[in-house]
Amino acid sequence: MTQTMAVAKALNESLRKALENDPKVLIMGEDVGKLGGVFRITDGLHKDFGEGRVIDTPLAESGIVGTAIGLALRGYRPVVEIQFDGFVFPAYDQIVTQLAKMHARALGKIKLPVVIRIPYGGGIGAVEHHSESPEALFAHIPGLKVVSPSNPSDAYWMLQQAIECDDPVIFFEPKRRYWDKGEVDVSALPGDLHRAVVAQQGTDITLAAYGPMVKVCLEAAAAAANEGRSLEVVDLRSLSPIDFDTIQASVERTGRLVVVHEAPVFYGAGAEIAARITERCFYHLEAPVLRVGGFHAPYPPARLEEEYLPGLDRVLDAVDRALAF
Amino acid sequence: MSVKSTAAGGPPAKGRGRTSPRGHAAKPRTGEPGLVQLLTPEGERVEHADYAIDLTPEELRGLYRDMVLTRRFDAEAITLQRQGELGLWASLLGQEAAQIGSGRATRPDDYVFPTYREHGVAWTRDVDPLNLLGMFRGVNHGGWDPNENNFQLYTIVIGSQTLHATGYAMGVAKDGADAAVIAYFGDGASSQGDVAEAFTFAAVYNAPVVFFCQNNQWAISEPTEKQSRVPIYQRAAGYGFPGVRVDGNDVLAVLAVTRAALEHARSGQGPMLVEAFTYRMGAHTTTDDPTRYRRDEEREEWASKDPIARLKTYLEREGFADEDFYAGIDAESDALAKRVREGVRNMPNPGTMAIFENVYADGSALVDEERAQFAAYQASFEDAAAGSSAGTGH
Ligand SMILES: Cc1ncc(C[n+]2csc(CCOP(=O)(O)OP(=O)(O)O)c2C)c(N)n1
Ligand SMILES: [Mg+2]
Repeated sequence: MTQTMAVAKALNESLRKALENDPKVLIMGEDVGKLGGVFRITDGLHKDFGEGRVIDTPLAESGIVGTAIGLALRGYRPVVEIQFDGFVFPAYDQIVTQLAKMHARALGKIKLPVVIRIPYGGGIGAVEHHSESPEALFAHIPGLKVVSPSNPSDAYWMLQQAIECDDPVIFFEPKRRYWDKGEVDVSALPGDLHRAVVAQQGTDITLAAYGPMVKVCLEAAAAAANEGRSLEVVDLRSLSPIDFDTIQASVERTGRLVVVHEAPVFYGAGAEIAARITERCFYHLEAPVLRVGGFHAPYPPARLEEEYLPGLDRVLDAVDRALAF
Repeated sequence: MSVKSTAAGGPPAKGRGRTSPRGHAAKPRTGEPGLVQLLTPEGERVEHADYAIDLTPEELRGLYRDMVLTRRFDAEAITLQRQGELGLWASLLGQEAAQIGSGRATRPDDYVFPTYREHGVAWTRDVDPLNLLGMFRGVNHGGWDPNENNFQLYTIVIGSQTLHATGYAMGVAKDGADAAVIAYFGDGASSQGDVAEAFTFAAVYNAPVVFFCQNNQWAISEPTEKQSRVPIYQRAAGYGFPGVRVDGNDVLAVLAVTRAALEHARSGQGPMLVEAFTYRMGAHTTTDDPTRYRRDEEREEWASKDPIARLKTYLEREGFADEDFYAGIDAESDALAKRVREGVRNMPNPGTMAIFENVYADGSALVDEERAQFAAYQASFEDAAAGSSAGTGH
């Protein structure tokens, strides 16, 4: 049962399936009803499942997440949409002080199966607050699980799994990949939500990426292949927890690692990966773990984002530097 | 602290006489109850018990000119977006009276905290329209100097600026100045916690701030009923300050009510909430498709309440403007559109290194290091072109 669909459509189908499978699943957010969300991820769901299940909320993110917590306490499984990355912060208090900690506070007696979907990252020429990559701010919080698919199949299945998960999951959607198409096998049993996969095998160096940057790394691998270099690409898929075993196995083969993300390098996911992998594979490493990512500066205006975002050249430059060691 | 008492602080109601409704109606008429109106959609002057205004024909023509030029600027921006010169545009079509009326009520020493749609207010503050377009073109995030015209940068995160306005007003009060602050926000924004907190702080500290809500009936695809069970202006009562709903398509009423509200604030009586009842005639922004969620008839209904048409009817009926006046405005509109078009097309892209500028007021070693690395990386392409292939940096 393989179909070709875009990431956006895969997410839409996944939400539809979740609503069909479990009457406790609710969709909540700004403009998720008739409009189908600003990216149309919830397109048609309001019409088919009604406003009792697909809920246009007041314009208040703290309210959305806070009430989603209450609904979860009552046995529902809310899937919340935050309209853009930069607008999750009014809800940050609820996410960090309540959502993430309630299970522990209640000594495990309550569960918080809330999914917070956040379109993230740049590359769409948007105004301020619409292009950010705040994933590290969530991965840093114990109690939250953080994942990000890079392709339609993962979009479909990882969202299913996030909704089934009894813990809060922050689900980062690579918005500039919404329209990228790929194969989705809606009947195949998925693997673990938090495992990383080798998206491209190679022997000279490992690139670790997630979400929107996986495609860039695959392109880098293709470009490097023309020059006789063999790049392995690991799609992390999950940022909390991180599947260090898969990265480690790859690095033990290649001896080199470059971590790539859009988010600023300073205190980013790459820092955590570099530290852990250095600890685990010190004697396998031929070069220090390098990182390619955003700068310690506000996400720039759209006309500068091409230079700001790590692209093929910046990734290949890091590859060169790692191989030159 | 009543709304009524504040009207006394407004502009004198008598004097020039010429534009008083008594001039052409035997009996003073009153507008819709609960909605302050001084000029009906049909262009008739009506009286309101609490809010009076008396403008000279020249002032009336000025308001008309403001609205027409603002609308033309807005239309030009939409065109520029379609042509790819702007990445996005948030149109104010339909909200000209709410913005011009309130903006013209402010004094130069008052301070304005806008959302992202306040192009008409910006106009009244003498902000160069071209400056508004930078962020929509994607060459900056705002870019104008807020203190030059006491007009803050556009705020995209919904509701945030209402707290900034309140804090600024608290500072004005501490300084013993008699200026007032006005915070713009939308019907959707009225749901944000920040807005509720702004109301609380303003009330507790008796801050000289006017909360000016443009209820344009929609927050993207959500109608106002998704935000509130009561009319928005009534929320003020729960915080202990007055609220008033004004016909947001009636520039005279908006001017009168906002003047009174600012005067209320300036005279030490604290905050006030003004709900300008209006309509977003266009899409939310150029990326939005309103046909997915609202009926055409609703838009048509509001088109019959157009703010510019009603003032024009009034001007014509009273003989306050002649052909030369309209021809002059047409010419001015064309010139403005041309200036905006050319200005946008010639707006330079920022240099790459602008990414690292102004991250901190006092600088940062981290930013310096990343800047240097990136500069070296970029230079490596030139080196490569010159025959070397050493690469460094990020
Ligand atoms: C905190 C936050 N959440 C969501 C958004 C996305 N968003 C932009 S405009 C808008 C609707 C605003 O409606 P309203 O306050 O009525 O103002 P209007 O656009 O109608 O002028 C939304 C949800 C945002 N900018 N900020
Ligand atoms: Mg609105």
